[in-house]
Amino acid sequence: MWTWFHRLASPPTAYRLADRLAPWFGIAALLLLAYGIVDGLAFAPPDYQQGDAYRIIFVHVPAAALSLALFTYMAIAGAIAVVWRIKLMECLVVATAPVGASFTALALLTGMLWGKPMWGAYWVWDARLTSELILLFLYMGVIGLNAAIEDPRAAARACGLLAIVGVINVPIVHYSVDWWNSLHQGATILKLGKPDISPAMAHPLYACLLGFFMFAGYVILRRMQNELLLRERGTAWVRERIGVARV
Amino acid sequence: MSEWLKMGGYAVYVWGSFGLTAAVLIWNLWMPRLRRSAIMKELSSEE
Repeated sequence: MWTWFHRLASPPTAYRLADRLAPWFGIAALLLLAYGIVDGLAFAPPDYQQGDAYRIIFVHVPAAALSLALFTYMAIAGAIAVVWRIKLMECLVVATAPVGASFTALALLTGMLWGKPMWGAYWVWDARLTSELILLFLYMGVIGLNAAIEDPRAAARACGLLAIVGVINVPIVHYSVDWWNSLHQGATILKLGKPDISPAMAHPLYACLLGFFMFAGYVILRRMQNELLLRERGTAWVRERIGVARV
Repeated sequence: MSEWLKMGGYAVYVWGSFGLTAAVLIWNLWMPRLRRSAIMKELSSEE
């Protein structure tokens, strides 16, 4: 079990595995998003209260779910990187932060575009919105920290620590709509019991949700490969890679 | 068709959201690709 894990975590093996996995993530993302977005925009029925404005849900909810999931996962990779100093995990922390930040920004922006017609304001300083904004700052903190420290291994471990501390914000974002009075509506899907949504709306939403996750998997694998190449420069396998790329 | 594009009067918000999503997806696809070619160039000049 452990030798298997060590082999998997070795940079050349991880790089090759990423090369083999990434296209599948990419294809899955493409198919799921194509179906989800077309069905969501064109065929799902309008909402009885919100009309067509609710269609923002098909990008807003997946972006928000991804912003929380990626931070959690970055904190787990960070913990492993800090405790066991596994290079692959350091690469994953650094690779995840910009992707997570972009989807956090997207969740906030699409939320603002949804808030304006429904609440009458782009922004309110409410618990859900404010905690999600703090999540964006935490992601930006990780990116900044990584850029500020010269030694990439020390930088990645510092990023890992910030992710571990910052992950406390994730449950705060998730439960903010239950803990405080909020303009933001409560959970529709990620809650106990049956979801409060009709199947005609739920199917494209699930497809978009899964499609966003597959997309994130694809781009994180590609970024992880970049980090591996940089950290392993000068080794035989990277030389071989450069030779391959040149041909 | 034009009825659909109007999104029941919410066109700016709905299309704006999907447009921003497209921008974020494209950014995420392009950045690692640009970085990859920069890394390849940098590393092969070191050889």
